[in-house]
Amino acid sequence: MISLSVNGRTHAVAADPATPLLYVLRNDLGLNGAKFGCGLGQCGACTVMVDGAAVFSCLTPIAVLPGRRIRTIEGLGTAAAPGPVQAAFLAEQAAQCGYCTAGMVMRAQALLEREPGADEARIRAHMQPNLCRCGTQLRILRAVRRAGRAMTGGRRASL
Amino acid sequence: MTVALPRRKALAAGGLLVAFSCRRARAAARLPGDLQKSPLLDSWLRIGPDGRVTVFTGKAELGQGIATALIQVAAEELDLRPTDITLVTADTARTPDEGFTAGSHSMQDSGTAILNAAAQARALLVRQAAAQLGEDSANLVTRDGAVVAPDGRRLGYGALAAGLSLDVEASAASPLKPPGRFTVIGHSLPRVDLPAKLAGGAAYVQDMRLPGMLHARVARGPSPGTRLRAPDLRGAGAMPGVVRLVRAGEFLAVVATGEWQAVAALRALTASGWEADGTAAGGTAAAAPIDDAAGLPGLPARDLVILDRAGPAPADGARQFSARYTRPWLMHGAIGPSCAVAWFRDGEMTVWTHSQGVYPLRAAIAKLLRLPAARVRCIQVEGAGCYGQNGADDAAADAAVVAQAMPGRPIRMQWMREQEHGWEPLGPGMLGAVRAALGPDGRIVSWEYEVWSNTHSRRPGGPGVLLAGQEMDPPFPAPAPRPIPMPEGGGDRNAIPIYTLPRARCTYHFIPAMPHRISALRSLGAHLNVFAIESFMDELARAAGSDPVTFRLAHLDDARARDAVTLAAARFGWSARRRGADRGFGFAFARYKNLGAYCAIAMEIEVARETGALHLLRVVAAVDSGQAVNPDGIRNQIEGGIVQATSWTLQEQVGFAAGRRTSFDWSAYPILRFADTPGRVDVHVIDRPGAPFLGTGEAAQGPTSAAIGNALADALGRRVRDLPISPARVREAASV
Repeated sequence: MISLSVNGRTHAVAADPATPLLYVLRNDLGLNGAKFGCGLGQCGACTVMVDGAAVFSCLTPIAVLPGRRIRTIEGLGTAAAPGPVQAAFLAEQAAQCGYCTAGMVMRAQALLEREPGADEARIRAHMQPNLCRCGTQLRILRAVRRAGRAMTGGRRASL
Repeated sequence: MTVALPRRKALAAGGLLVAFSCRRARAAARLPGDLQKSPLLDSWLRIGPDGRVTVFTGKAELGQGIATALIQVAAEELDLRPTDITLVTADTARTPDEGFTAGSHSMQDSGTAILNAAAQARALLVRQAAAQLGEDSANLVTRDGAVVAPDGRRLGYGALAAGLSLDVEASAASPLKPPGRFTVIGHSLPRVDLPAKLAGGAAYVQDMRLPGMLHARVARGPSPGTRLRAPDLRGAGAMPGVVRLVRAGEFLAVVATGEWQAVAALRALTASGWEADGTAAGGTAAAAPIDDAAGLPGLPARDLVILDRAGPAPADGARQFSARYTRPWLMHGAIGPSCAVAWFRDGEMTVWTHSQGVYPLRAAIAKLLRLPAARVRCIQVEGAGCYGQNGADDAAADAAVVAQAMPGRPIRMQWMREQEHGWEPLGPGMLGAVRAALGPDGRIVSWEYEVWSNTHSRRPGGPGVLLAGQEMDPPFPAPAPRPIPMPEGGGDRNAIPIYTLPRARCTYHFIPAMPHRISALRSLGAHLNVFAIESFMDELARAAGSDPVTFRLAHLDDARARDAVTLAAARFGWSARRRGADRGFGFAFARYKNLGAYCAIAMEIEVARETGALHLLRVVAAVDSGQAVNPDGIRNQIEGGIVQATSWTLQEQVGFAAGRRTSFDWSAYPILRFADTPGRVDVHVIDRPGAPFLGTGEAAQGPTSAAIGNALADALGRRVRDLPISPARVREAASV
């Protein structure tokens, strides 16, 4: 049994320690947010947060995760009460198929918790690992800027 | 997953009368949209006792936002809040057969049908209420799901529906609202599917978990034309969690209780490598290995003359120009590899799939499994965006083959990334050649265009075009490839210029033998044809000493086309543009299929001569999709189309070696990332109240590619005519 802390709750998981976190989240814990995209760390559809940093859950074996704080999009809010990044994506309608969206939100969350005032260039550089094939990148960038404003309480005047 | 109820067949007496009169009327006039194929009103909508309305569409939500737009259309004509409508998408047990969700047809076919069906249902509700209230129908209005009399008496739709049959045939004419009274159509209703997608809700076929479900992986060689060499069946079968290996002919899949266990067993099965299987990679015999579109004219072709306008021969003083343009094979590149869930219970097969065509897929799977079609049900559940025919149908067939071998157990079949890259049908390579003459007045006096390409669709195709069908013993035969006829066309889509040309000839050299496995990719041949035509228009404008926008307008009579071109130019500030160092401006226009949406694009780019990097600084688009149902949905589609086509144009090309693919992941087939995303894109929607819906999803791809090429030519004075306009090609153009 491996003990994992996911979205503030501790789960005992009976899985091979080499199993990537993605499969445990989806199949053992029933969390849909993180998506299988490539299994290679090339697309970011599986992005979750571990101790505040964005990581590829498709590459991270659960063996290295006990004692660390895992967060998925399910931990940011619900459809009825979305967190600020989720709310910003809704406000900007920043999706088409939405398959990459949860990964985008988690990567953005990891940035904005540290740097809510990140500017356009900083956001683009930070979001670089995540792919969107529908071409909604401009909406995602708007959503991340909007979320950053919300998370600073609208104090930044430059956006 | 919900279970379908059989469609109510009982006819109320009033319904019979309506049906009779409608049938006579129908003989005289064509029904609107896909009502022509499914004329019964209750095929499209049903009213519950609570007044909620269920709307049925045979089209699929692919991430394009069609579900939201169709709900708006129904809500508008029913005078109902959108939240009181439930939409059921493509399901062979529940919805009309609307073929494929493709070709930007959904609003035209399904949107038009639902608009008219809803208007006719509202009229029936009003008539029913008039009888119950003893009022003249003309005095009644509908509001928020009720029919309301002048004295304030109301009858809810739920109560009225109890005495009303919608099992009646539609009429050709509908009492449609005048567009001036629209309150839902024309407004940007937020997408109905996004809240769940943003909160980890079960939104995709990948998210399905059925009781007792097992995880399957299919084991194949890396790409078409290969097979596994001596897979270690015994070793893989003994691995932890493995329940079974399913073999049928060359088909091989592993089934495990845990998903990661299935992946591990797949790795073991493929560890011993692969070999050529002696078949042609494209599935057709005698296709020589051709990895470069420049080689296409060397293949045997059937020559289809699609336009032959005899005009006066160019005078002696006319100046002749010519150019050739190519596009490589492209991938759809879904972010989520294909997936399907299949369950064989009591002799009935149910397949949950992200296919674009559940009815044709059902027919193919029924033949593949040797089951009657009535015993197979295909239900569309969203996957990642597909942009045409990717591995969706193949994965659905793979799941069904495994499920049939394991009755009672739901099977979730998930392709791996390298399988999607390795096996998805590609968008075909193309070559276009233009010759034209300019008269002394700077106008085009003759035009000749030839395009070389395979078919652009292997659908429906039956089991012989599905990978599992090709692996059976004996394999199902693949049907001969066929061109898609004009006016929509396939490889020749948009090969006929929209411009007014006194003398023009267009030929489609249709190549039956396919060097690579291919099928429909968003916009089909329009991508290369518009790239070629719109690049050449710029070359001619330059030769004529004319501004590119002025030159287009001088050859453009269609009033809506002129509006789109003029608006894009105005909003961009085209006439006031000033070119900076290493910058360029590009313009392009097309009407998709010459019968769909109009899209004009202007852009400014910047080129780094040393690296060959090309960056889009700002893009302005004007789009006319007819009556605009959801303007933000249209903007989202055009923005996405521009960004995706920027990726196609600048970066994308499937790699081959000796006729086989070498692109198996995002490092070998890079696509656009955030750093390459245009600085800014502004889309202006031209609304046409009351005009037919034209669809939007494929309008931007051709114009975007051409505008990039034109902007590069403006920046460097040299043009790149072969896609992709890669850094290496830009450096080469810059160095001369």
